[in-house]
Amino acid sequence: MRMHPSYEMLRPGKKFPHVWCPGCGHGIVQGAIIRAVQKLGWSRDEMVMVSGIGCSSRMPVYVDFNSLHTAHGRAIAFATGVKLHNPKLHVIVITGDGDALAIGGNHFIHAARRNADLTVILMNNNIYGMTGGQYSPTTPIGKRASTAPYGTAERDFDPCALAKAAGAAFTARGVAYNALELEKLIETALTKKGFSLVEAISPCPTLYGRLNKEGNAVKMLQWQKANTINIKAAEKLPVDQVAGKIITGIFHDVETVPYTEIYDQIIKKAQGK
Amino acid sequence: MSKDIRLLQGNEACALGAIYAGCDFFGGYPITPSTEVAEEMALMLPKKGGKFIQMEDEIAGIGTILGAAAAGAKAMTATSGPGFSLMMELLGYGCMAEIPCVIVNVQRGGPSTGLPTKGAQADMMQARWGTHGDHPTIALCPSSVEESFKLTVKAFNLAEKFRMPVILLLDEFIGHMREKMQMPAPGELELYTHPQPTVSPAEYTHYGDGSSVGGPYASMGSGYRFNITGLTHDQHGFPTGRSDEIQWKMDRLKDKIEKHRPELLEVDQEFMDDAEIAVFSYGGAARSAQQAIREARARGIKVGLVRPTTIWPFPDQALEEILRKVKTVIVAEISQGQLLGEIQRLNQTHTKVIPVQRYDGEMLTPNEVLNAIVEVTK
Repeated sequence: MRMHPSYEMLRPGKKFPHVWCPGCGHGIVQGAIIRAVQKLGWSRDEMVMVSGIGCSSRMPVYVDFNSLHTAHGRAIAFATGVKLHNPKLHVIVITGDGDALAIGGNHFIHAARRNADLTVILMNNNIYGMTGGQYSPTTPIGKRASTAPYGTAERDFDPCALAKAAGAAFTARGVAYNALELEKLIETALTKKGFSLVEAISPCPTLYGRLNKEGNAVKMLQWQKANTINIKAAEKLPVDQVAGKIITGIFHDVETVPYTEIYDQIIKKAQGK
Repeated sequence: MSKDIRLLQGNEACALGAIYAGCDFFGGYPITPSTEVAEEMALMLPKKGGKFIQMEDEIAGIGTILGAAAAGAKAMTATSGPGFSLMMELLGYGCMAEIPCVIVNVQRGGPSTGLPTKGAQADMMQARWGTHGDHPTIALCPSSVEESFKLTVKAFNLAEKFRMPVILLLDEFIGHMREKMQMPAPGELELYTHPQPTVSPAEYTHYGDGSSVGGPYASMGSGYRFNITGLTHDQHGFPTGRSDEIQWKMDRLKDKIEKHRPELLEVDQEFMDDAEIAVFSYGGAARSAQQAIREARARGIKVGLVRPTTIWPFPDQALEEILRKVKTVIVAEISQGQLLGEIQRLNQTHTKVIPVQRYDGEMLTPNEVLNAIVEVTK
């Protein structure tokens, strides 16, 4: 019998079954993260997974890293403290669209601005799942949620554009349907110095899908397949063929000196070295 | 060796006390009247190889020190009223997750923006009950610049030992008051750092039964992998909904304070041997009470001072004994009666209790306390 390749990185026994609904995309994202870490050959002991509150933020319980499940919106603040105190650790932040962009929006932009050396995996399912389907900062205008029974009146955030504008070193987007691309994007983000963001579009058939009549889990993934264009292909297409599609790939990638390294220089200066 | 004597503010002494205690991480957000603590830490920490970070708000301030502390730092934040209000959720997180850290609240007048540059003692109840849910609190209250230093050191020791956030409840009066103090020599004050586990990672439980007070616990990245969560959890740190495990966790949080009250409590007493009148006071207000008592003694009035430096857990037993012993108790504080309420709760013998309060942004004066003492003797 062959063991599942992810098994060594998971916490078997009482931590499973997990809380995610059948058809949720979060398990695919988790698999992509684990494979990316395995490819890099990093040990579980040097990994820290920090999360906030929500469906995606349950991930640290399942993955056998050092794991820190914090309060709603605050994962990035905790993660900044972990990384600054011990820069040798690889710190991954697991967050959702509500966690990162609503209640945690302030920490999100400021971590990007100060270029904290974190990799943020923002699992975007366009809805608050855990509380039962309320609209989030990434619910597209007009879409339905339990708190928007007639469709939302609010515009949505583009997390990658927001992070870039705030000063991130790296931003990318992948979709659950294309797990291999997602894995590659996460691997690149993990090796990136400074603040890196991977937005992982993850379907929520139970709430978002049902409320917006987008079909079951399979249909939602098929929709992703049909409506996703890689940025390299999208750049060659006329604008009208790109409108309404999910663009994936790397949007922003610059070499920077991360916060922790600059702070080391400050220590040297203070010590007169 | 010549003595190191300095003229310092309470806030500066707090920062120096933190450095003495081995604090190597500070995260916070500027707010009057606590800012000097952050400024001193920003200056001193990098010299020691420690880390200072100014966060985007007070929630991030406490969040980042909890993260650093989980990774092994001796961490601190400092704030005042509005910022302390913002920190409440994560203060509860620190209690639930059992993460040691020190939270300094230099009290100012409230509610809301209130009186940024004027002192108060009206966060005593917030320190105890500001978060949601049942959990114990440790809060220390200095009455002098020297005590600000020493109680900061004690706050770190207690945080490490009891695995929880410890609140240093300063007030603007002491925080901004300048006094002479003699710096303790290295090694003069006891420092406590929690032991690291010695069992193998496979045997390690982050919230093992025996380790709630003074026991070993590991830092993230030390080779012991464990989970930390604000959800109610089992001894491994994994979320639980089982009532036996919930009961275990809640009892653990409660017992670690209740079963160790004697080593936590400290009540300073002056002129109490023959006292018929006791003045209960603490923090900044106690300085005026102290002066009033000296003047009353000079007039032959048998009055003494009872001054808890540990305000939470509240020193029930010591204060109850005094309530039984004396004829009258005067409660002197800079609030509308937060200390008074606790005294009334303890006053089973119905001893006469007289409040002396001020909450107009000014310091309670020695004369106001003295007048109350003299009034009692009439």
